[in-house]
Amino acid sequence: MNESAPPRRLAVGQLERVLRARRDRGGHSLVIYLTGGFPGWQDMVRAAVAAGADAVEVGIPFSDPVMDGPVIQEASEVALRAGATPPGVLAEIANLDIGVPVAVMTYYNLVFRFGLERFASTAAEVGVSAAILPDLPLDEAGPWCDEADAAGIETVMLAAPTGSDERLGRVCDRSRGFVYGVGLLGVTGERTSLAASATEIATRLKRITDRPVLVGVGVSTPEQAVQTCRVADGVVVGSAVVRRMVEGAGPEGVGDLVGEFRRAIDAI
Amino acid sequence: MPETLVPACEELEAAFIEAWADPSYRARLDGLLADYAGRPSPLTRCDRLSAELGCRIWLKREDLNHTGSHKINNVLGQALLAQRMGKARLVAETGAGQHGVATATAAALLGLECCVYMGEVDMARQELNVFRMRLLGAEVRPASSGSRTLKDAVNEAMRDWVATVERSHYCLGSVMGPHPYPWMVREFHRVIGDEAREQFAARVAGTPDVVVACVGGGSNAAGIFAGFAETPARLVGVEPAGGAAVGRGVPGVVHGMVSYLMQDEFGQVEEAQSISAGLDYPGVGPEHAHLADIGRAEYAPVTDDEVVDAFQLLSRTEGIIPALESAHAIAWVSRERAQLAGLSVVINLSGRGDKDVAQMMEILR
Repeated sequence: MNESAPPRRLAVGQLERVLRARRDRGGHSLVIYLTGGFPGWQDMVRAAVAAGADAVEVGIPFSDPVMDGPVIQEASEVALRAGATPPGVLAEIANLDIGVPVAVMTYYNLVFRFGLERFASTAAEVGVSAAILPDLPLDEAGPWCDEADAAGIETVMLAAPTGSDERLGRVCDRSRGFVYGVGLLGVTGERTSLAASATEIATRLKRITDRPVLVGVGVSTPEQAVQTCRVADGVVVGSAVVRRMVEGAGPEGVGDLVGEFRRAIDAI
Repeated sequence: MPETLVPACEELEAAFIEAWADPSYRARLDGLLADYAGRPSPLTRCDRLSAELGCRIWLKREDLNHTGSHKINNVLGQALLAQRMGKARLVAETGAGQHGVATATAAALLGLECCVYMGEVDMARQELNVFRMRLLGAEVRPASSGSRTLKDAVNEAMRDWVATVERSHYCLGSVMGPHPYPWMVREFHRVIGDEAREQFAARVAGTPDVVVACVGGGSNAAGIFAGFAETPARLVGVEPAGGAAVGRGVPGVVHGMVSYLMQDEFGQVEEAQSISAGLDYPGVGPEHAHLADIGRAEYAPVTDDEVVDAFQLLSRTEGIIPALESAHAIAWVSRERAQLAGLSVVINLSGRGDKDVAQMMEILR
């Protein structure tokens, strides 16, 4: 167990700057998750950005994604069968040239195997701003965060509805970029209605941090995004977009959906 | 380990520490182990097998426990703990179905809901256990991603627990996963080793030269090793050649633990391949990784063919049909008989083979 040392004072990273700027203008942020290595994924990222994503989260697929529901599991399996690897996806991120911050989202074993320092420095070299590791809890995050801080990678921490206020406080202190509020008890995936826990976690987090608070997991429709943004600074949308990828909707289908989310939350 | 589950693991650790120190909890558990599960399990001297292999062999008869394997020790402990914590539902993963059956049994006994995840491949090869679980009132859900075996059942059980953590207890079936599971599950199985040590000392004198157990996640081995860790006995864990996490794995992080893990150069978890569904797991409990690192226990692989031979050997010589998992331990003793000549060997017979008879019938046809 690593009791986290007092957070070092760091310059605010690119991701946090972008999300704060959106908030300062009175708007809400839209972060879109797509599975890296999925055939044609780079064009879908470009389409998402063109349609108004403030930042993108690129998933580096893992064989055993325990925080992901069926849609992202399927996309991960497709990407892995297509030969996706961590260095391969990172190299492809270098070629994106999209003008918005990129966060990588992956599971800790891939980072551990790559080498913490090497992963952080490689990510920084290819232009990644931030990293999200959903199976690396606060208590175990010290060694990675040290390397990420040193390389200038913002580590976004997840804040779960099960956490006490005291724990959420420590999560917010350690988080960089934004605080990722987990919208419900469960794994990623679309839900027909927005869980009450989505606005509850946002409310709790907003009370204790000035960092941007975005809610993800279970935010499936533009209407749900609007409901969430009445409290949160923004949303992360994953499975709804990835389902379009998996269904073969291509960049156009992804862009259309992202555009719907953008227009809905801009109308708040 | 997902952030959502950290508070649940902390709560579980506190509850276990408190319960383990509470005489009323211990009395309830000991009572169930005796009157419901049938403990203590016998230590059986195997004259004909010993004559055939040239060493002196005793079997620790976990196969004679209620539900047919050692798994009941851990499950009764966890189910009582779940009840104490106010959880109404047990979630479990299962490979061969033995842990699932044991969990379904404890749930029926204590009036808890039970949901067991099992790989689709395993559901096909262990059809009988699927039926047993359903008969016991459990819901059996297929794990249909990845290799569709034990590791994927663990993934699905964790996903369920993330969603239902407020009312469910994850009744993990081996000495793996996040703290406190590896430690807690070993403590629930320590009774195997403590009994065997005392039985051997009383009936034979001293301690055995060698203690052997099969290792998938490693719960039966952890239980019997715990009883002999402080003795001079040589401790041997036997892994399937196609799932030898200690033998072939490298350090990794999966299912909330740091341990040896079969994985590719990038850290993608490899699929284990074993004749026995219960050992078809690419990782191993962290304590086994530690025992291997410090040299206190050694780990060796056996092949599926050696296991099939051992399954028949024990059946023929002793009238005991072993689980395919436990047959791994027999197979190692059989193969290594030259170096074991004249030595006293205690083998943990972790389960009985009824569940494997249909599969063996196909293999031997």
